[in-house]
Amino acid sequence: MKALFYPGCSMQRNARPYLDSLLAIRADIGLELQEIDDWNCCGATEYMSVHRVAAHSLIGRNLALAQAQAVDTDVLTAGCSACFLNLSKTDTQMREDAKLNGTVNEALAAGGLHYDAGSLKVRHLLDLVCHDIGYDAVKARVVKPLYGLKVAAYYGCQVVRPDYDGRWDSHEHPTAMDTLLRALGAEVVDWSLKTQCCGGHMSVIGPEVAFGLIRRLIHGAAEAGADMVVTLCPMCQLNLDAYQVEMNKHFHTDYRVPVLYFTQLMGLAFGKSAKELGIGKEFVDATPALAKIQAEAPKVAEAKRRRRPKPGDGLPMPRME
Amino acid sequence: MTDKTQQERAGEERIGVYVCHCGSNIAGVVNVEAVAKFAAEDLKDRGVVLARDYTFMCSVAGQELIEQDIHEQGLTRVVVAACSPHLHEKTFRNVCERSGINPYLSEMASIREHVAWVHTDKAAATAKAKAIVNGAVERVLKNEPLEAIRVPIDAATLVVGGGIAGLQAALEVAEAGYDVYLIEREASLGGHMAQFDKTFPTLDCAACILTPKMAAVGSHARIHLFTWSEVEKVEGFVGNYTVTVKKKPRYVDEDVCTGCGICVEKCPVMVVDENFEAGIGYRKAIYWPFAQAVPNLPVLDPDTCTYFIGGKGGCKACEIFCPTVPNSILFDQKEERVSLKVGNIILATGWDLFNARRIPQYGYGRLANVFTSLELERMCNAAGPTSGRVVLRDGQTAPKAVGIVHCVGSRDRNYNGYCSAICCMQSLKLAHLVKERTGAEVYNFYIDIRTPGKEYDEFYLRVMDEGVHFVRGKVAEVSDVPIAPSEEGGKLYVQVEDTLAGLQRRIPVDMVVLSAGLEPRHDSAEVGKTFGIACSTNGWFIEKHAKMDPIATMTEGVFVAGCAQGPKDIPASVSQGAAAAARVLSHIRQGELALEPIRASVLEEQCSGCRICNGLCPFNAISFVAERKVSEINAALCQGCGTCVAACPAGAIQGSGFSNEQVLAQIEGLLRDVAQPVTREPVTA
Repeated sequence: MKALFYPGCSMQRNARPYLDSLLAIRADIGLELQEIDDWNCCGATEYMSVHRVAAHSLIGRNLALAQAQAVDTDVLTAGCSACFLNLSKTDTQMREDAKLNGTVNEALAAGGLHYDAGSLKVRHLLDLVCHDIGYDAVKARVVKPLYGLKVAAYYGCQVVRPDYDGRWDSHEHPTAMDTLLRALGAEVVDWSLKTQCCGGHMSVIGPEVAFGLIRRLIHGAAEAGADMVVTLCPMCQLNLDAYQVEMNKHFHTDYRVPVLYFTQLMGLAFGKSAKELGIGKEFVDATPALAKIQAEAPKVAEAKRRRRPKPGDGLPMPRME
Repeated sequence: MTDKTQQERAGEERIGVYVCHCGSNIAGVVNVEAVAKFAAEDLKDRGVVLARDYTFMCSVAGQELIEQDIHEQGLTRVVVAACSPHLHEKTFRNVCERSGINPYLSEMASIREHVAWVHTDKAAATAKAKAIVNGAVERVLKNEPLEAIRVPIDAATLVVGGGIAGLQAALEVAEAGYDVYLIEREASLGGHMAQFDKTFPTLDCAACILTPKMAAVGSHARIHLFTWSEVEKVEGFVGNYTVTVKKKPRYVDEDVCTGCGICVEKCPVMVVDENFEAGIGYRKAIYWPFAQAVPNLPVLDPDTCTYFIGGKGGCKACEIFCPTVPNSILFDQKEERVSLKVGNIILATGWDLFNARRIPQYGYGRLANVFTSLELERMCNAAGPTSGRVVLRDGQTAPKAVGIVHCVGSRDRNYNGYCSAICCMQSLKLAHLVKERTGAEVYNFYIDIRTPGKEYDEFYLRVMDEGVHFVRGKVAEVSDVPIAPSEEGGKLYVQVEDTLAGLQRRIPVDMVVLSAGLEPRHDSAEVGKTFGIACSTNGWFIEKHAKMDPIATMTEGVFVAGCAQGPKDIPASVSQGAAAAARVLSHIRQGELALEPIRASVLEEQCSGCRICNGLCPFNAISFVAERKVSEINAALCQGCGTCVAACPAGAIQGSGFSNEQVLAQIEGLLRDVAQPVTREPVTA
């Protein structure tokens, strides 16, 4: 499929491995990306609370450029959660608020631009991969399944919430990335922190708050038995990976849970080299975890025939549909 | 229909117009004197011979005013401008009937609901009231005298649902000496109440007060019990319903089985009981629904029985050990259909528990020690899977701290907006039982505590006195992950904003109980369709009137009782069951019933036989007559809703009381500019 692509600042710098791995796998999954020419910063999470109209106009410029440049597609995708949410938020609010729509377009007109709210479909990269390209198409490209690798799927706050367009199965406990990682052959652990906050920019402005949140996620993943955390957001990756060392110092702990992007794991499963996928640039070395990948699918114990309960057995768990 | 013009009619008829003040309800917004004056003067040429305004038209004095005018002034038609016809149309029709004119020659103009209650501008409201009165006068000129339809009432009654509401209804009708067919989907009577341990606020044991009623129903000579059965089809109309009941195969001979229980004892298959034990207990493949089941017969579940799973080979332990002659186990039993004739129907089909898995942040199904209120009910029950011990999912450990989360799936726009009515009291009761049995610290997390029943608030005070903690705030999440190294492991953390103290709390507990709300039965829409009644947007059966008639439905002869109509507690369910029975008995004692003659009928010569109307009728009143290739409406079944009248592309369906002429005349009257004096040629000139 074809989509307009908004890389955002982070993908060019700290999240370069995200971009590299995406570019490495795009042909395999038939994703044709058309980068918006002359795109600008999305304003990140802060600008909206500083100056609403200016923030929307900043984002509106990207939307207007995308609309004008679109060839054979009306889908606009971003890999970064904050970029995605901002694009989606401006598009939605311009659609719903005629006054804002007018003001933003007035600002855009100064630069000879115009955006028709609702004309683009703003979608996160994971949404495209899971719901448009599909699990079957991904599975079909797997040549080196990630057998034996235990992963914790981490979605963060901004992709599944507020979910303006109703793309996700759950806002608290989504399962799309879980299913995707299973399609790659990995074992996905069950954990409670899929959509909990990574600390965001608190790592810069209030590190102690961020350390607590980072610790909870890293500890939770380790407790759940995960070899690594898999993420879809440059900010989450940065906090959990780069600040893991600081967090360890703060709490006198020694967690070493690597944090990779889902696109990197897709690349590995598609048989790409670690280098080409940007693996090795992370702070917490992923090599020990990746060494666990084995050639054969781990033997799953055959489902035991339900024996009759004996005194002292626990109560049965609720059946999950 | 006659060929008379509206003017000709106006010249012949003598219409009285009455404008009601309704205290200040109408008079506070509408200039009622001006409306009456308008009718008396401007509508003189439309046949209005007198118009009056009066404080309360529905009072005895108001009614006598109309009676007197009919006698003394020779009125032939009456228009009452007052409240909605829903409220008092019958009152004024009765006045007409008493005074010797056909009740359907009266008309109501709704100037309270449609004018006074929705407007504040007096001048505009008065103008609108005039327009509505004008419409009613034009309409009443087109009204035809109608005669009520009389139907005989079959004394046998169908009760659907064997929970507490249905049991009460069945007993009341049977005690009065009439036959009752009681249909229960499950294998035993009892409903949800049979699952509970204690009942609030008196803490009597649920079984102790329920099982005598179950036994009384089971042994009553007038009550014919169909358990493990469902109603498949309902045909006919009030007084004369034909009901098809599907009896599911029990694989046990009801006539031979003595209920000795050897089959259950010998059955080697043990499975989780998702139904009665709410998923925390086990049952055999052949099992009793529960110890005090009525009828006292086991039922075999072919989905788990090795004989059925193995393609009808093997095991057969139940059959081998069955001591009766002939053998009670019938592996070849088939579904049966029984046809019943009844006059009235009471629907008491109950509720389903809200699926707590829909709120993943509360962890039900994911975190072992998160339970639903129904699971805890079973755990507290001495006959339940833990023999009344309150324990964690390991089946051993008693909790030291328990959090009870209120309003799970209720009062929440994401799930159900309504209040489930029983959860506050149920949570208080469970808090008391947990405290009594384990001595644990118990936390109630609530939005508001709602204890409006008799002695309910006293119970709330009692539970507070017992030392149960109350935190006002909606729980954000239940987590198994410690946030700081200082938090000990193995706990569940309830994250909540304490809105009284104005701070965030994070309370570690061993067990979380989700007070899941009540939902309509998952198939309530289909069941409603079978019986010709509608469901609200939430899925509860709609009563005839929310306040004045919460028992009848818009379909004559079909009544609702218990939670099928909306969430309610045991006392309210019992009351409504008894009330529904009283309504049915009133029908039966009347012997025959007068039905509203507001009915649709097909003009066969205009009907093209397109059958568009057949599927649209919400009361299944329209059938297609193949021989004549036309649709036909059963007058007794028709409720006069008018859907088919509007839908018929050929205009072949007439609604008596709502003919096209009547409706068009009313619209024309409504649209006339009432501010201008009437400029028509007076017909009396």
